[in-house]
Amino acid sequence: MKLQQLSLFLENRPGRLGAPLEAIAAAGINILTLSLADTAQFGILRLIVQEWDQAKRVLEQAGWVVSLTEVVAVDVQDRPGGLAEVLKVLEGADLNVEYMYAFSVRRGDEAMLIFRFEDPDRAIQVLKNAGLKVVNGDELFRFVS
Amino acid sequence: MTTEAELLAERRIWDPIETRPPEALRALQLERLRALVERVSRVPFYRDQFQRHEITPQRIRSLDDIRRLPITTKEDLRRHQPLGFLAVARRELARIHGSSGTTGRPTFVAYTAGDLKTWSDLCARFLVAGGLRPEHTAQVAFGYGLFTGGFGLHYGIERVGAAVIPAASGNTRRQIDIMRELDPEVLICTPSYALTIADTARELGIDPRSLPIRYGHFGGEPWTEDMRHQIEAELGILAFNNYGLSEVIGPGVSGECPARTGMHLQEDHFLVECLDPETLEPVPEGQPGELVITTLTREAMPLVRYRTRDIARIERSPCRCGRQTARMSRVTGRTDDMLIIRGVNVFPSQIEEALLRVEGTTPHYVIEVDRPERLDILTVKVEIHPEIFSDRMDRMQSLRERIGSEIQSVAGIRAHVELVEPRSIERFVGKAKRVLDRRGLHEG
Repeated sequence: MKLQQLSLFLENRPGRLGAPLEAIAAAGINILTLSLADTAQFGILRLIVQEWDQAKRVLEQAGWVVSLTEVVAVDVQDRPGGLAEVLKVLEGADLNVEYMYAFSVRRGDEAMLIFRFEDPDRAIQVLKNAGLKVVNGDELFRFVS
Repeated sequence: MTTEAELLAERRIWDPIETRPPEALRALQLERLRALVERVSRVPFYRDQFQRHEITPQRIRSLDDIRRLPITTKEDLRRHQPLGFLAVARRELARIHGSSGTTGRPTFVAYTAGDLKTWSDLCARFLVAGGLRPEHTAQVAFGYGLFTGGFGLHYGIERVGAAVIPAASGNTRRQIDIMRELDPEVLICTPSYALTIADTARELGIDPRSLPIRYGHFGGEPWTEDMRHQIEAELGILAFNNYGLSEVIGPGVSGECPARTGMHLQEDHFLVECLDPETLEPVPEGQPGELVITTLTREAMPLVRYRTRDIARIERSPCRCGRQTARMSRVTGRTDDMLIIRGVNVFPSQIEEALLRVEGTTPHYVIEVDRPERLDILTVKVEIHPEIFSDRMDRMQSLRERIGSEIQSVAGIRAHVELVEPRSIERFVGKAKRVLDRRGLHEG
């Protein structure tokens, strides 16, 4: 149920974002979604790709520091209050969201969000018990390809 | 504004000894050197070495015989801390100061009442040479504390008979308010702080040249002729350089006269050698070398041939001001890797020690020192590698903050910490070059 997310350390200066993306593109790897957290001095680029192990190798060989994190993709109703419902469930279970970002595609009336939890397994259990849809990797990659 | 020429013409000299002919001065130095050898024989560090090398006052026949005496280093002082170099009984002490050390632990320096009197006189000499008069008021914007700058200058000003405003360091707006209310003629601080005062005045809509200051005595950090011109133009003052180090007394080892062609060494109190740092042989006159200082008159903690690690040149040519003492140039470098940043002594080893406290940050780092505008900026760049990288921004931010606070606690200075990409710091074969000082302080 969990997805592998790649995170990269980048210095915050012109041109630093393009280089890793080019390296991945050159390896023929498609990026499903990404998010960038940044400060004035540095940033963390987070990527979801299907061939994460290959992408990790490519990036590390090119000299980047890459870490692997398990994240959870959740379907959220694309209507007012859709996200609030999910968050209420998490809050009720005392699960802290380390960070989250939206998926760039949507299907039907659902949007997809990526969540980073300290304890992804417990989060998945809580979300499922609440009747929410956790998207697994196969389903996700089938959908986007 | 008083000009350099007018001040020269006044010929104000605090102590007639400053104009004593070189032969008479040398005779006095020799007499004092012999007495010193007698005095330091009470200090175990010297007694043992003197016994081994059969050194007695009688064997000091000329000033050249100083070369028979042992060298003293900062490490020697540290090994005998605290106060292992005392040559008097503890009850004789009147004050204890300290200098910043590589481990954040200060090296203590002790004074008798007699030492304090000497010190006041030494500061009075350069203060008077640089325009201070008994009717003046001087604002001291140096830190008061273990650091010798504040108290040294404070008592020097009082010794001259002028009034002191012990404003101490920091709070620049308040410094300017005090200046505008009390009209001091003289400002004492670090050279970079003088420029900060000018900047702050402008920010407040005050023309820095309208401030009452006429003379500035600056020290505590290296500075350049360019900076002097800048300070003088911006504040409309005459700026004077002075030199000293806490181990031998503090400020007052040397200071400029109105001719400002070097700082007059107070040779009746200090025997100053200029040596090749490798061979410890004297360099030819006028050539750069390491200053090695013997304190001729210190009572509490006399030092024999103390290696200052400061590189400068010494000139003995006659000076237009009438003083007969030798003059030293600005300090143009160090023989160790000490950096002086915003007046604080910082050793690269302290930065390393701070990084060691934060796991995984030491393999690749570099220390950069810049002076983009006025004030020194210390930047420590640390390469990120998998063990310290996290996808969570809060963890990365706290890593950066931890590095900053460890540096603050070990070195006592705020550093700008930058996390950088792997392999972005140059690799060296052999000893890594960890420090990049781009302030351009050491030309000439």
